[in-house]
Amino acid sequence: MIALATNDSFVTPHIAYGSLWPILVIFGAACVGVLVEAFLPRQWRYVAQFGLTLGAMVVALVGVGFVANGLPELGGGAARGLFGSEGTVALDGPTMFMWGLVLVFGLGGVLLFAERHVEGGVSAFAGQAAALPGTESERRTQALDHTEVYPLLLFAVGGMMLFPASGDLLTMFVALEVLSLPLYLLSGLARRRRLLSQEAAMKYFLLGAFSSGFFLYGVALIYGYAGSMDFGAINEAVSNNAGNQTLLVIGMGMLTVGLLFKVGAAPFQAWMPDVYQGAPTAVTAFMAAATKAAAFGAMLRLFYVAFGSARWTWQPMLWVIAILTMVVGTVLALVQSDMKRMLAYSSVAHTGFLLTGVLGLQGSDEIHPGQITSLQAVMFYLVTYGLTTLGAFAVTALVRDSAGEQSTILRWAGLGKHSPVVAGVFALFLLGMAGIPLTSGFTGKWAVFEVALAAGAWPVVIVAVLASAAAAFFYVRVIVVMYFHEPESDSAYVAHPSVLTATTVGVTAAATVALGILPGPVLDLARTAGEFIR
Amino acid sequence: MFVLAEGAAPLVDPGSADGAFSLLWLVIVLPLLGAAILLVGAPLAKGRLDKQGHLLGAALPVLSFVLSLVMFFALLGRSSDDRQVSQHLYTWFQAGGLKVGADLLYDPLSALFMLLITGVGSLIHIYSIGYMEHDERRRRFFGYLNLFIAAMLTLVMSANYLGVFLGWEGVGLASYLLIGFWQYKHSAAAAAKKAFILNRVGDIGLSLAVALFFATFGTTDFTTISANAGKASEGTMTALGLLLLLAACGKSAQVPLQSWLLDAMEGPTPVSALIHAATMVTAGVYLVVRSNFVFDYAPHARTAVVVVATVTLLWGAVIGCGKDDIKKVLAGSTMSQIGYMMLGAGLGVAGYPFAIFHLLTHGFFKANMFLGAGSVMHGMDDDVDMRHYGALSRAMPVTFLTFAMGYLAIIGFPGFSGFWSKDKIIEVALTQNWLVGVLAMIGAGITGFYMTRLMLMTFFSQKRWADGVHPHESPRVMTVPLIVLAALSVLGGVMLIGNWIADFLEPVTGHPLEENPALPAVVNSVIVVVIVAVGVALAWYLFQRQEVPREAPQNVSFVTRAARSELYGNEINDGLVVRPGGRLVGGLTLFDRHGVDGVVEGTALGVGGSGSVLRMVQTGFVRSYALSLLAGAVLVVVALLAVNLK
Repeated sequence: MIALATNDSFVTPHIAYGSLWPILVIFGAACVGVLVEAFLPRQWRYVAQFGLTLGAMVVALVGVGFVANGLPELGGGAARGLFGSEGTVALDGPTMFMWGLVLVFGLGGVLLFAERHVEGGVSAFAGQAAALPGTESERRTQALDHTEVYPLLLFAVGGMMLFPASGDLLTMFVALEVLSLPLYLLSGLARRRRLLSQEAAMKYFLLGAFSSGFFLYGVALIYGYAGSMDFGAINEAVSNNAGNQTLLVIGMGMLTVGLLFKVGAAPFQAWMPDVYQGAPTAVTAFMAAATKAAAFGAMLRLFYVAFGSARWTWQPMLWVIAILTMVVGTVLALVQSDMKRMLAYSSVAHTGFLLTGVLGLQGSDEIHPGQITSLQAVMFYLVTYGLTTLGAFAVTALVRDSAGEQSTILRWAGLGKHSPVVAGVFALFLLGMAGIPLTSGFTGKWAVFEVALAAGAWPVVIVAVLASAAAAFFYVRVIVVMYFHEPESDSAYVAHPSVLTATTVGVTAAATVALGILPGPVLDLARTAGEFIR
Repeated sequence: MFVLAEGAAPLVDPGSADGAFSLLWLVIVLPLLGAAILLVGAPLAKGRLDKQGHLLGAALPVLSFVLSLVMFFALLGRSSDDRQVSQHLYTWFQAGGLKVGADLLYDPLSALFMLLITGVGSLIHIYSIGYMEHDERRRRFFGYLNLFIAAMLTLVMSANYLGVFLGWEGVGLASYLLIGFWQYKHSAAAAAKKAFILNRVGDIGLSLAVALFFATFGTTDFTTISANAGKASEGTMTALGLLLLLAACGKSAQVPLQSWLLDAMEGPTPVSALIHAATMVTAGVYLVVRSNFVFDYAPHARTAVVVVATVTLLWGAVIGCGKDDIKKVLAGSTMSQIGYMMLGAGLGVAGYPFAIFHLLTHGFFKANMFLGAGSVMHGMDDDVDMRHYGALSRAMPVTFLTFAMGYLAIIGFPGFSGFWSKDKIIEVALTQNWLVGVLAMIGAGITGFYMTRLMLMTFFSQKRWADGVHPHESPRVMTVPLIVLAALSVLGGVMLIGNWIADFLEPVTGHPLEENPALPAVVNSVIVVVIVAVGVALAWYLFQRQEVPREAPQNVSFVTRAARSELYGNEINDGLVVRPGGRLVGGLTLFDRHGVDGVVEGTALGVGGSGSVLRMVQTGFVRSYALSLLAGAVLVVVALLAVNLK
């Protein structure tokens, strides 16, 4: 595949810079960011880093639009796209959709990262990560701002863009690591409750490394089975029924473990509540939305392209995982007393709903005219879920008491009384996650349940409907606490955010309503994205 | 048990909305606007709307009522096969042919419901101006009421099941907010929660039904489904029917999801009148009648409806006999009367129009009596215990007279509205199945008993007021709605003249086959009246001839105890659902907290030794997470292998 040097002729590798450049902009800006950190005086760094990151993302986002418009059509219009970098990167409609999505979440993340009003002039990240908690050096560095977070964010976004675009297993593994490592670091950088944050980062890293090991082992087994890492070649081997079936099945299982860990499906969800709670809330907001989107993009490509011909091999396993994930997420969310942990378990439940969508019909030739494919349904759900989650965590970061953020649910009592706007917006996000009609969550759920039903996965859909019904309880419980409980002396208050957080919250709230009432344009966008190229 | 009627349900095939009907959307938007202004706008106006906001809240439903009335007459002006109109507002969501429109349907059935909702709704808004006068959160109350009206109108005007679902959730939300309106009372908060949970169970039925409609027909539009209903298998139709019945049970407080309705009386009395008597709780009946194209092809589901309805009409009536709280007696009676409506709906083509007929008359007389009860409470310092009333007919003449009209209507006194509507249902029931018919007759007798008991304990017998209570008549703004509703309770029967209601609804419900009634109509009526008279006489003997004690006697028979505790509905729920559910959640949590860790500890102890192992246990949980990850990996691989390798 990588045909660099043969005996006497050198073939220039085909890179397709013309379509690849948005991702290069992001990685380039990340490298520049590292240099900024090294050469610019401290007082200028915040503005420089923020501007650089924001600019790079906006340029990349606009670029994605241009590139997406210029993709060549393949297979009679069912799919659009081309392979770049000698087949290691698939630049097709779904890739562009995921790129756009990750960049939008990244923009939200940047705005939250740069928030300095809430902590009184400094960001929510530790002044100096190396200073031991509780020591003199920590106190001395308290007033500093940690600006390395911006390049880290850019690297993570770059990895997330590469992840769903990868055209072979090795690229996918590299992308997985590129997106994960910055996130491990970012999780440990909280300014307050630093031990909790560092513990979360450590756990995340250890477990992430563990699951990467599974993934890598799976890569090796599949290579042994198919003799190639390329998705197209694997698909060919599968449909020709060549090679040792045991290798294929076990390899597939190992790869699945790595991906299910990233999306937080049960029984691989154990890290999520700890990490979501410990990480700085801005990081959690970004991570919860964007990682899930990127990982689901990669999972869909792996299952639909590489293992597309072996659907009946993996589908029963995913049935079990989907059901388990929804049940575990919902039931454990019911008993949480911490907002961030509750949202983490709710995110687990949403993973289950997304997996329900993955079970749907894939090809445009299998579905009735007018139905949407499961790829499009899942992509749409990722939009609705991601925006709502981003907004919900952004609001969580604003609810505080003297010790910093206050995420104990009971302390939110009476929030509706003294901060009606913030409480109202948060209630909107919760209703969206619960899937109440006229919010984006409803249309998203509708889309994934519908494709799963069309594929005959009705037992999963019934569990999903039951789980969504039960899930409404823990969302509504929060609303009850905010509105129907009297505020007490130790109740939390809402810090006034700057325009940065306010923009994020406002945009995501507007999207939650708009996608509930008029989801048409985004569904159309998902539809025009078409299928994966093979 | 029942024969499929020939020709089955008429198709839903509406024409487009023009003329007066083009304003259909405005009927919903007006109260919605009120809710938006009062709930969202007013806090932004910094209290400037608190003083006068309620007047706006009361005016908008009246406007909606006027619009509904205009459209109703426009509809009457059309020929009967031209009386279905639909309005396409916009496409809610679409991807290719997956298309769900925000469409409205206006036909005789929705026309009657709109009149009931906006008409009775307006009266109750006006009444609330007086009733909530001293409540500092009055603006919010009116906002919630407006929200309810908008949601209920959405429910009955939508042209597809998804729209119905939207309204269904909306009325649930409004009901939850209003039951818990006096949230500082613990009982009110608990009642709101209970209503929410039991309604949620019903909602699952509706959402599964919507999904099944989609999977079967590819759409949720009434039009397409009614045209293709005959092509689906009977199993599917039965499943759909049962799911819709589950939904109806939740919303309409039918057994086994009945227990929330009595607790819901914690809400302000106008709420009980509007939501928990006249409109929302009848949504289940609407759903069954609207889905007649499903039930016509699902005779087994129809049988289930009849069984549920018959059980409920007796269940509610028995509860009504045991309660001393005036609102709870009325709530039990509501449950029982909705049982009659469901019975009518379950009887198929012959029963549909009379189910709706009874729904309308019940809307009048029950709203009347609830508001009357509110007026009594208003004069009695918010006391609800009938044992503390007595001889109020002098002190509150208008309330008494209007209440009496409602009373005569509900027991089925000849000539009053309830007489005509209940009689018709019993007659149809008797024709189709004698056992159900006889049970419905017995229910009528019990109704006579408990309503007479309520009437006597409240307005007659001896004075049992507490010291310092000075009963007085309510202000005009409260009594005028009572008078209007009383008039409707008396005259509601005119809808049956010349069988108008059945003919009017025929484009929706279909033309019934001619069947020979089991008894001549007159004989049937006479029997019912005699049975009711026995119930009335018994109550008169027990509560007028003998002294009513101020405290409820404790050494009473088993039957009374059962009736007082609502036939143990709560205990049944606790035993069958709440406690096992709690144990399941507790078990899972326990497993999550200790199970996984326990396995680690156990394994480690087994492998390692003592001291160092204990220290390792203290270091944290990452290992146990890693172990669960490993276990998960094994699960995934085993699941794959089990399916694929033989």
